Amino acid sequence: MWRRSASFILDERRRTSNSPPMADNNTTRAPFQNPDAISAYYQTRAAHHGVITSDWLAQAQAAVGGVSGEEYPDSSVAETGKEKTFNVIEEFNGWRKQPDLAEAVAAIRALAAVIRASEASTMMELEIELKKASDTLKSWDKTSISLTAGCDLFIRYVTRTSALEYEDFNSAKSRLLERAEKFGEISCKARKIIAMLSQDFIFDGCTILVHGLSRVVLEILKTAAQNNKLFRVLCTEGRPDGTGVLLSNELSKLDIPVKLLLDSAVAYSMDEVDMVFVGADGVVESGGIINMMGTYQIALVAHSMNKPVYVAAESYKFARLYPLDQKDMAPALRPIEFGVKIPEKVEVERSARDYTPPRYLTLLFTDLGVLSPSVVSDELIQLYL
Amino acid sequence: MESRRNPRAVVDPKVRQVGFFTSDSTHHPPDPIASDSHPVPTVSPSRNSLSPVMIPPPRHNSSDAFPLRAAAAASAVSPSSFSYSTRRDFPDGSTTAASPGRVSRGSFSRSSLASSSLPGVGMDSMAAAKSSSVPASGLTTVSVVNMPHGLSEKASGVSDQKKSSKPLKEKTTKAERRALQEAQRAAKAAAKAEGGGKAPAPLVSSGSVASTSVKAAKPAKPSSQKNDVAVAATAAAGPSEKKGGTSEKDRKKDAPHPRMQYDDESRVVKAKRRAVVKQTEAKNRVELFRHLPQYEHGTQLPDLETKFFQLDPMHPAVYKVGLQYLSGDISGGNARCIAMLQAFQEVVKDYSTPPEKTLNRDMTAKISSYVSFLIECRPLSVSMGNAIRFVKNRIAKLPITLSESEAKAALQSDIERFISEKIIAADKAIVKHAVSKIRDGDVLLTYGSPAAVEMVLLQAHELRKKFRVLVVDSRPKLEGQLLLRRLIKRGINCTYTHINAVSYIMHEVTKVFLGASSVLSNGTVYSRVGTACVAMVASAFRVPVLVCCEAYKFHERVQLDSICSNELGDPNAISKVNGRGDINYLDGLTNNANLQFLNLMYDATPSDYISMIITDYGMIPPTSVPVIVREYQKEHLLV
Repeated sequence: MWRRSASFILDERRRTSNSPPMADNNTTRAPFQNPDAISAYYQTRAAHHGVITSDWLAQAQAAVGGVSGEEYPDSSVAETGKEKTFNVIEEFNGWRKQPDLAEAVAAIRALAAVIRASEASTMMELEIELKKASDTLKSWDKTSISLTAGCDLFIRYVTRTSALEYEDFNSAKSRLLERAEKFGEISCKARKIIAMLSQDFIFDGCTILVHGLSRVVLEILKTAAQNNKLFRVLCTEGRPDGTGVLLSNELSKLDIPVKLLLDSAVAYSMDEVDMVFVGADGVVESGGIINMMGTYQIALVAHSMNKPVYVAAESYKFARLYPLDQKDMAPALRPIEFGVKIPEKVEVERSARDYTPPRYLTLLFTDLGVLSPSVVSDELIQLYL
Repeated sequence: MESRRNPRAVVDPKVRQVGFFTSDSTHHPPDPIASDSHPVPTVSPSRNSLSPVMIPPPRHNSSDAFPLRAAAAASAVSPSSFSYSTRRDFPDGSTTAASPGRVSRGSFSRSSLASSSLPGVGMDSMAAAKSSSVPASGLTTVSVVNMPHGLSEKASGVSDQKKSSKPLKEKTTKAERRALQEAQRAAKAAAKAEGGGKAPAPLVSSGSVASTSVKAAKPAKPSSQKNDVAVAATAAAGPSEKKGGTSEKDRKKDAPHPRMQYDDESRVVKAKRRAVVKQTEAKNRVELFRHLPQYEHGTQLPDLETKFFQLDPMHPAVYKVGLQYLSGDISGGNARCIAMLQAFQEVVKDYSTPPEKTLNRDMTAKISSYVSFLIECRPLSVSMGNAIRFVKNRIAKLPITLSESEAKAALQSDIERFISEKIIAADKAIVKHAVSKIRDGDVLLTYGSPAAVEMVLLQAHELRKKFRVLVVDSRPKLEGQLLLRRLIKRGINCTYTHINAVSYIMHEVTKVFLGASSVLSNGTVYSRVGTACVAMVASAFRVPVLVCCEAYKFHERVQLDSICSNELGDPNAISKVNGRGDINYLDGLTNNANLQFLNLMYDATPSDYISMIITDYGMIPPTSVPVIVREYQKEHLLV
């Protein structure tokens, strides 16, 4: 049977064509191996583990802007980005340096500072300035959904006060500033609110599966531990970012029992899982989420095994996107290191995130409350219309 | 509600009562003025005057003007039934004006969701009438007034008709009880009416008539429509008020609900009496769909054409639009709505307030009467219904202080704004959103000939996107061929097939674009028959389904199946194939009792099969439709 499978033939071809260095690659790439090569396959995988852990740091640094600002504490660096010609970017970066602050929240704070520092004399001017600053921030990282969504929501929220044009400018401006500060504060506190709301869902003795490194989810687990709940966490490895290792570090500091899983061991372990917790890069209009690659898979497995999938996302992540399928989003690619050299003609799927449709999600924990996925559109419509 | 109504008799299909029909002098002549708008069981069932639907005679004098019966009687009748019908509903449902009528009535014709909007307005007046039935007979009379006018316009009322309807009334015991009630109310109303002046009087009578004709007009909507008709009628019939009082009353009683159940014989008879368009009922009807009107096609058009110059109460522009609907020249939600609104603009332009009438009420009555006529030609679509609700709302909101010309100008500009904002600009917004979803290499499937989707495809082609189109079509309308022609002319790569092959070709489709006649509150898409089929197959193949629909077509009602509300088309269209004389296997079987033809026009697609709805408000999931409806209403009080 194996002799006739196409993959087997491919392997055959590869092996006969050449390269010992390729052999490792082949083992990792080929879906199927000869029985005698199996152990070699697994052996190579073992070797890769080591490679990954040592590599992740550099990769994370490089990819931080592109993937999700939320997932890396201390994001720092790297987006070789824009020259800081504008005040707003400096402000933004200043805020971002705080390790715990999400990218979008930093942007919101920066925009609030723009209002404060603005020298415009009419409402129209101020709005134009705000729009320009927001565009600059958005272009700093085009692939970050939460950044774009946060900026858009901020502008909508702030300018949505009534009768702006009837007041004298200063009072209107101060009102805008008030709302901006309020929005910024809400966003900052969002994590705490979400953590509080989700405490009811974690019961003693439960097993939680976590994918990706979301600061919100971390906050939730921290709060649960502080409330002396007894639970254990299974976290996926999170290749290629190695989020699993990071998360397990953090959790073991909190004395929460952690178990690391391979990404592919999710289905295997799903039986013993009580609930799945993920964060989100962005929550789209249909109620689905865009998150680190692998979330869709886990949601599918959980759904088919009737395990609830809970998403923890702040409300500024609600974006006006509506992907129809996986390829319908703006691509966000990140370099993936396999630790060994790959021939050029081999393609690598480098997308860093995937889209999970709303039917696989159970609940969204947001600072607006515990919502069902269809409420996202409701909120967006109310804000935008 | 059931207890207050006459038991519904099964309508003999041969006795086709559709639209409005004048009730002849019924047993109400005794209290022409005092008649209250109380539902009158007495009148309804018995009033089976089989006079064909006639064009309402001129208000002022009946007989000679038309070959049909005189209007006077009719006018009196219509209003009453009108008011009556609404009245009926209210006591039953303690719901607000809008809802009860809709729910309690049968489906007038499902496509006439518009009727729901109509009754909304009419119902408001009705509600007022109802709630204050006794104390505010003045009020009731007012509302009732509207009805009679409209009805008189429409219905061909003749005194003899009314008389013939009377015996029908007496058949029911409930009717007797009602008559008693009515007499009492009439007395009260008369007392008030005297004080109210001449206007109330006919109203009262019409009200009473309406109440008596309780049976017919269950659905609030139809009644409100009738009311409007009645109102218009009464408004117009100034001088002949007294004389037409009785007839108006009778007519009102007979006016069927816009959403009436067509399997209720009495109601249908009444409706028929008032109708302008002479419709002959189809012989063989499917039992499950007997609550929907079914006409013999082909009989009305020449008939109406000859009557063109005799239609005094009907505005020529509206008449023209009605004819276009009947003949099928204008089809599609947007086209029909725009044609109707433009006709209304003409109406407003040519309008002049009759003496002793207020512009608001009279105009509303007129509009209602025209709408009733349009319904007779072809049941309203949801888009039309919402537009009518908008127009009536604007009329009602006109400040009293405006002069007539100012009011008319304001109305005209309102209608213009509605067309340009809600339809034309909305379409542009939809196109903008939808083309962002079309990628190079896409294979797009569309069904029928939705206007919005056509615009999307043409625009995507302009933007030089590389895609090809699969047009799925179905008999008997074969609308897809029109779309196909237009696309081919622009050079788009198309494939054409019929709906029986949709599962065969679905594997190569990447996206499905569908149009909608309406989207309901539970996310159900109400659209051309066959759409549900296409959506289901697409969903089985995991192909995303995108529905393009302007927001003004959203409706707050909920529909779970395609049966309770629909429109029946010409049954002969499915028994014959155009241009293929050799397919004559069913010739001679059309009247066979064992064979019924069912030609449905619409169907309901559940929201599970829809991936996204593209509206002028953006792309929303089907679950968010009630949010849009809610937000919309806050904005304008209407779509």
